[in-house]
Amino acid sequence: MAVGEFKAKKSAWDRLTLVRMIERPTALDYINRIFDSFIEFHGDRYYRDDAAIVGGIALLDGIPVTVIAHQKGRNINENIKRNFGMPEPDGYRKALRLMKQAEKFHRPVILLVDTKGAHCDMEAEERGQGEAIARNLLEMSKLKTPSVSIVIGEGGSGGALALAVSDQVWMLENAIYSVLSPEGFAGILWKDGSRAKEAANIMRITAKELKDFGIIDKVIKEPYGGAHKNVDKLAGDIKKNLISTVIKLSSMTIDELVENRYNKFRNMGKYIE
Amino acid sequence: MINNIFKKNKYITVSKEPIKKDVNVENKPSIPGGMWVKCEKCGQIIYNEDLDKNFKVCPYCGYHFRMNARERVEFIIDEDTFIEFDENMQSVNPLDFEGYEGKIQNLMDKTGLKEAVVTGRGKIHGSDTVICVMDSFFMMGSMGSVVGEKIARAVEKAIEYKLPVIIFTTSGGARMQEGMFSLMQMAKTSAAIGKLGEAGLLYITVLTDPTTGGVTASFASLGDIILSEPGVLVGFAGRRVIEQTIKQKLPEDFQSAEFLIEHGFIDKIVHRRELKSTIKNILVIHRTADRR
Repeated sequence: MAVGEFKAKKSAWDRLTLVRMIERPTALDYINRIFDSFIEFHGDRYYRDDAAIVGGIALLDGIPVTVIAHQKGRNINENIKRNFGMPEPDGYRKALRLMKQAEKFHRPVILLVDTKGAHCDMEAEERGQGEAIARNLLEMSKLKTPSVSIVIGEGGSGGALALAVSDQVWMLENAIYSVLSPEGFAGILWKDGSRAKEAANIMRITAKELKDFGIIDKVIKEPYGGAHKNVDKLAGDIKKNLISTVIKLSSMTIDELVENRYNKFRNMGKYIE
Repeated sequence: MINNIFKKNKYITVSKEPIKKDVNVENKPSIPGGMWVKCEKCGQIIYNEDLDKNFKVCPYCGYHFRMNARERVEFIIDEDTFIEFDENMQSVNPLDFEGYEGKIQNLMDKTGLKEAVVTGRGKIHGSDTVICVMDSFFMMGSMGSVVGEKIARAVEKAIEYKLPVIIFTTSGGARMQEGMFSLMQMAKTSAAIGKLGEAGLLYITVLTDPTTGGVTASFASLGDIILSEPGVLVGFAGRRVIEQTIKQKLPEDFQSAEFLIEHGFIDKIVHRRELKSTIKNILVIHRTADRR
């Protein structure tokens, strides 16, 4: 699909293609527009700093917040540094450290999700990718401060969920959020990764479908043609939504907040008995 | 050179594989009711009764055969003490994925289970526990809505009854056919384990072969105490996926329980013969702590 060429109704695959475009705004593009005085912090305090995740503190219209995000690169050099936004366990542990810090200082946490998935290699296994993700899920579910996650591009699998067990989970209109990348899904179910397009269109991974399923809470409209067409406008819309939501969540008691968050995820699933 | 073609060979070729190898091709371990099984690891032929007497562990090489959920419950829970929870909960087809209902129905007929986990309450050498046992014979123990819901409910019941929880994990990961509903079960189960922790209750995970994907990245890795059977495959990403990523072959023992304990992610590897008594001892020590 050429840039700017648009069908009235986009398929999941069209949207996936759109969010994978090099022009697609990355987390820092939004962070620099939404927040004031963002100060980035580094490292997990155990092993290293994983540049696939950025995090730090900032002001949201004067409200102190912690910001954590998957960061993709825009070119080869950036992507080598950012590992295409695919974190190692160290990235998740950095994220958790910053969330616990936010909890200590009663700062709401804003998370931007944009990853194909957690990185898969030997080091990731040796340092416990599974444990790192699991720990984040558990700790986020009972974090004693408000949290809002926004899927801005690709939300792939456990690697995305590890930043998305939040009071509010939103998606940009064209973002996708899936149990596994369509390539991986086709590989597992049909032993043929090249059937990704077909997979994408049956997996129900678009913002609208997931909103209808009750898995996410809000869809944020993108400018005509996609987020890259007018990042300033989109960042402004996100900011407005964040301000009102953060104020609302902050007015609740911590017990109420944590209980609501627990119940929200507790109720997800379809079965009969 | 032409003479060599008709020359009689001095040597016969001797295969390194045991000659018995071909005798039992029809009696693969998965065939129930067979008199004999072949060890998947060492290739030895084992009399089925001997295997059962030996806790389904190969008497020659110590390979731990996979147990289904019913066998596991019978093996670990005291006789006549098991009360099953939610045994009729069944999957639906939330994405209208073609062929999913049929696949589930086939597995229900084949395994006698409704889903890939059995949950309930029972005693281990007299100690009351809540136990969840996953079953790799039911769609590779993959976690969909039912697996997540049954585990979350079992954990919540444990909080209500103030009991420890033991989960025997085995899973290929998230149930692809249920899409994002599957992924959310990771959040749901981990949150339930979080609540159990807040209630000050013990959670033991026992990793059994294989434990991978979304289950590794949720409740399997969250035990206060993480035990594993020997030789178990444990990992987040599949071997094939990693080999594709790094474009090289992985070492043989990669992602084994032995590899994981060396890297600090497992507390103890326990031979199946000692598993029940080890769990009992852990439970007793925690009960003693409660009374103080």
